[in-house]
Amino acid sequence: MADIVIDRVVKEFGTFRALQEVSLTVNDGEFVALLGPSGCGKTTLLRIIAGLETQTSGRIVIGGQDVSNLVPRKRGLAMVFQNYAVFPHMTVFENVAFGLRMQKAQQAEVKRKVERAAALLHIESYLDRYPAKLSGGQRQRVAVARALAVEPAVLLMDEPLSNLDALLRLEMRTELKAVLREAGTTTIYVTHDQTEAMGLADRIAVMYGGKIEQIGSPLEIYATPATRFVGGFIGSPPMNFIKVQCSQGTARIGDAALPCPATGKDMELGLRGEDASLSPNGSGIPFDIRVVEPMGSHLLLTGSIDGQPARIVAPPIAKVNPGERVGLTVDPARVTWIDSTTGRAIAQP
Amino acid sequence: MPARTSWIPYALIAPSVAFLAALFLMPLVQTIWLSFSAGDALSLENYRRMAGDLNFSLAVKNTFLLTLVVVPLQVVLALAMATMVTKLDKGRDLVLWVLTIPLGISDLAAGLAWLALLQNTGYLNSALYALGLIEGPTGWLSQETPWSLFFAIVLAELWRATAIVLVILIAGLQLIPKEFSEAAEIFGAKPWTRFTRITLPLLKPSLQSALILRTVLAFEVFAVVYALGGRNFPVLAGEAYVWQNDNQNYGIAAAYAVLIMAISLAATAVYLRVLRTRPEQLP
Ligand SMILES: Nc1ncnc2c1ncn2[C@@H]1O[C@H](COP(=O)(O)OP(=O)(O)OP(=O)(O)O)[C@@H](O)[C@H]1O
Ligand SMILES: [Mg+2]
Repeated sequence: MADIVIDRVVKEFGTFRALQEVSLTVNDGEFVALLGPSGCGKTTLLRIIAGLETQTSGRIVIGGQDVSNLVPRKRGLAMVFQNYAVFPHMTVFENVAFGLRMQKAQQAEVKRKVERAAALLHIESYLDRYPAKLSGGQRQRVAVARALAVEPAVLLMDEPLSNLDALLRLEMRTELKAVLREAGTTTIYVTHDQTEAMGLADRIAVMYGGKIEQIGSPLEIYATPATRFVGGFIGSPPMNFIKVQCSQGTARIGDAALPCPATGKDMELGLRGEDASLSPNGSGIPFDIRVVEPMGSHLLLTGSIDGQPARIVAPPIAKVNPGERVGLTVDPARVTWIDSTTGRAIAQP
Repeated sequence: MPARTSWIPYALIAPSVAFLAALFLMPLVQTIWLSFSAGDALSLENYRRMAGDLNFSLAVKNTFLLTLVVVPLQVVLALAMATMVTKLDKGRDLVLWVLTIPLGISDLAAGLAWLALLQNTGYLNSALYALGLIEGPTGWLSQETPWSLFFAIVLAELWRATAIVLVILIAGLQLIPKEFSEAAEIFGAKPWTRFTRITLPLLKPSLQSALILRTVLAFEVFAVVYALGGRNFPVLAGEAYVWQNDNQNYGIAAAYAVLIMAISLAATAVYLRVLRTRPEQLP
């Protein structure tokens, strides 16, 4: 059993607060992706879990044991570093074998496990090379293989696939997921690639400015963002936010009327580009198209609703032109209402 | 325009080459020539007389003994100090500054300072006398006490020249990203394992530089030995000095100088070979 409990962890660097009371529970065998923009504190949180950095306050509990005061090697985890940290003076084989050597594993076992990890990451043919002779992506895979080789109960990965080409990344992603699921490894996976997070994770924790904004399954995060930031960060194109007047439970935009939560606050309509469809007769929410971008699988329309910028996704064969005004129909169940002052979602009526 | 500009680097380097040739290469060639000549003919007479001298084998033995004791001790001390200094958060510069003060003191001055401490009427004896541990002035640096003289010279050399190793090693340690040690720690390496398996191998280029520098200087050791023991503890450079100044025999002095140079070059070659880092193993 290796669940991870992060309990109100705060990290200050001098006067700068990199983490503000982060709490997060990762269940045994669960795969949680930490998703957030650059500088939001993902690496800092990972380093605190690993014990490489000391939290200013708060606790880390792994498998029921408070590890807050334990040195990294006693926490029973493996880690893939953001900048790989592959040992330059050891061959790829010795790098991957390092953790096993530290556990004093038998040579035969070392060889078997190293070869297994290397095969998984497609680095078998570089085993006797030195890291300096590898490309960035190959080095990164050595770092992942080194972590997988020890078959850890807890695995921390800091953007482990960031340097691979799109095709290889997709393949590695699928294989990683299968291997980690089979081994029942509790995983925290840092990324700022949302499709990676969506595809891999059981749950996603979206971080912003040293806080966790929302934790939930990929679908929850996508469909019901808890804050304006999450809505805008997840999804491509990002969610549109349209300021509307809500009176007596109804918001009117053009000749469209949407039921809204009557709270008497300033609010914004959060609308995903793909949740709107072009109405056949031009009725509904008026959308002024400025640019049409054919993306192959769909058309990306950029324009404005009620004078506010918006992006809408339309079917690839839709007949629309720049400068045109079209009408959009939306399913009221699929929109998010955001309180303009707090930036948080308002519970649906 | 590579053809037009290709002479510029040579022109720019010419003054320093001329400088080196005039002040280093010329005297070197002259010294070598001097050591191999008797009158105007080529001869090994100087070397024969050098090797036949009463003090020669003692000087060779002492010089090697001193080097073999002092240099490893200095490297171990400097490694320990460098590791501690790089772990400091506050006041690191101040500590480093204090530790490097001996570097600013000339070796003769350092030798005289230790002489003031250790001679018959020195501070050490005063202290020991005050504590009632000795009856009266006791000689530590005489011919009758070769081991305490040797120990005193080792001590003075450690005090005087460990800092240069320290500075080189600290510079080297700072070049090693801390992630390597952190990764090793995550994967279960204890502190000593991290030091031997990660830090030391990555520090090899700096260790090589420090060892070459210190060993060459150790073979040339003179002023500290001369200040503390005079000719009670003959060393190669000291013998060269004696033949040059006291005996006015420049040929034999030159032979000693060439011998020291040959030993230094050999030691350097050994270090370059044994501690070589293959380019693909560099970070
Ligand atoms: N050692 C440190 N001293 C001072 N500030 C630091 C230190 N480490 C990180 N920070 C600051 O803490 C914040 C979070 O850094 P962190 O490395 O955790 O970001 P990140 O989310 O991993 O970003 P990225 O996606 O770019 O890797 C940043 O603003 C950074 O400047
Ligand atoms: Mg990071």
